[in-house]
Amino acid sequence: MLLLWVETDRGANMELATQADCTKKSTLYAGRNSSAGFYDRVTRYLFLACAVLMTVLIVSIVLFVGKQGIKTFQAVSFAEFFTSTQWQPDAGKFGALTFIFGTFALTGLTILLGGPLALAGAVFMAKVAPGWLREILKPAIELFVGIPSVVYGLVGMTVVIPKIGEYLTPPGYGLLAAAIVLSIMILPTVLSVSEDALRSLPSTLEEASYALGATRWQTIWRVLIPAAMPGILTAIILGMARAIGETMAVLMVIGNSPQFPKSLTVPTSVLTTEIILEMGHTPFGSAWNNALFLMALVLLLVTLSLILIVRFVGKRRGFAQ
Amino acid sequence: MSKRLTDQVATVFLWLAGGFILALLVWFLQYTVGQGWSQITWGFLTTPPKELDAGGGIGPELFNTFYILVLSLALSLPVGMGAGIYLAEYAKKSWLTDMIRLSTESLASVPSVVFGLFGSIIFVTTFKLGFTILGGAATLALLNLPVLVRVTEEAVKAVPFSYREAAYALGATKWQTLYRVVLPSALPGLITGINLVAGRALGESAILIFTAGLSVSQKMFDFDLLAPGETLAVHLWYIRAEGLVSDADAIANGSAAVLILVVLVFNLLVGIPSRILHKRFAGKAS
Repeated sequence: MLLLWVETDRGANMELATQADCTKKSTLYAGRNSSAGFYDRVTRYLFLACAVLMTVLIVSIVLFVGKQGIKTFQAVSFAEFFTSTQWQPDAGKFGALTFIFGTFALTGLTILLGGPLALAGAVFMAKVAPGWLREILKPAIELFVGIPSVVYGLVGMTVVIPKIGEYLTPPGYGLLAAAIVLSIMILPTVLSVSEDALRSLPSTLEEASYALGATRWQTIWRVLIPAAMPGILTAIILGMARAIGETMAVLMVIGNSPQFPKSLTVPTSVLTTEIILEMGHTPFGSAWNNALFLMALVLLLVTLSLILIVRFVGKRRGFAQ
Repeated sequence: MSKRLTDQVATVFLWLAGGFILALLVWFLQYTVGQGWSQITWGFLTTPPKELDAGGGIGPELFNTFYILVLSLALSLPVGMGAGIYLAEYAKKSWLTDMIRLSTESLASVPSVVFGLFGSIIFVTTFKLGFTILGGAATLALLNLPVLVRVTEEAVKAVPFSYREAAYALGATKWQTLYRVVLPSALPGLITGINLVAGRALGESAILIFTAGLSVSQKMFDFDLLAPGETLAVHLWYIRAEGLVSDADAIANGSAAVLILVVLVFNLLVGIPSRILHKRFAGKAS
């Protein structure tokens, strides 16, 4: 309460000012002089309530999903869930290592494939592209965000899968196909955040580098990219968060088989796809259902820790504002 | 290799990267729309789907897509904007502000399938409503919220402080300043943000499978909030993965083309007015 009171300081001052000016009737008063302070207070608390609701929501999501997920340990040991690859719900075996490994492998592969392209695109847009091209590229990249993930999945199914099947191993479903589709889906996130990081560097850095006789590429590679590194790392972590959480596009190209991926082109499953695939078949409260909730909790905790890492990295921003 | 040559090679490479990204988008749009174009007829867009025979449409799905989108925006806009305004206008540096910011960022990173599970616990299990349009829209609102908070905060913060000072100098209260001066000036930014949110919500499917369900009403324009309501994006996946109809591929391609066209129209229709508004306000401001 005390903190809230301190926060209201500026508002209270404004109130004093309005009361002092009561005689000057401006149109802004709209004839509710006496109640203006009351309105101010009510709206302030309404806005505050909306803001606090964010905290209430995230806490209740963690609690509800977590409470359901923890019940898994009544049927399965902690060690079995995290270290076994035996996923046979009918036999009571709930080893989720395959899916946890799959999620991390897929995320790593996605960053490996999509990261360099996104970063090159960011450098291009921030430092190389002429103004008119930037004007075209910017909305184009926003459009990538708007494409529904099922459409990405469909194109993956009809274009990427047959190609992998033709050149590598048929039928083509697996981690590689999913990573190719995901690397395009994370492109806008990684690109726009890194571009912002590059743009927010002070121009003195660039000027100093040119004054020393460096070429543009030397400036980009030795000065700008290192200086923008915290922002670029943030971009990559946000891209990872997107890749970890993506469900439908991956579901359509990964093959959906609960087997440990011995190669990049065999059908397998990741956390998100296994949840969505099996949720419909399991009664609420059964061990199987709880195990799926536990997988959701793992997902949630991984993405939340990524956000904490982003905060940590963001605080170390050297040159970027 | 001399440094000039390296520089030239790098420049070519960066141009190629930029060109590739643009070409990828153009190909993507042209491919998806091209594959489904022949499928899009008036009948396809307005008739209900069929269980077993070929020739089903996507009418109710298309309707549900917009119905759920509008409902989810109606639920998330006031709260998201309220929170955004709080962060931009009222929040001081304190543990409370830090907590709210961290919560919003966390909420933005929650995988959509987790939102879906949360929604199904609340609406399907706890309230025992089953799969409903209302449950789907409310859960989808959770996805919209953090983005709305961020875009509102940015749009409100972008309004020059001199506007507020001018309003205060005229004797306006904080709320009057906000409502009559700050929010109207922030409108272009808000519209762009809402467009972004709508585009994302439009194509969302993982959230809706376990909240709004996989079935549709067989009559068009069913406004029943407690009926199940499969959306177009969900339908696309379902018909491609588990559909029994013989023309499943064609329907999936047609649905994808419709989705892409809707996203394009959204970007043009909502993008252009916001640019005009922006010009008007920017012109006034300078």
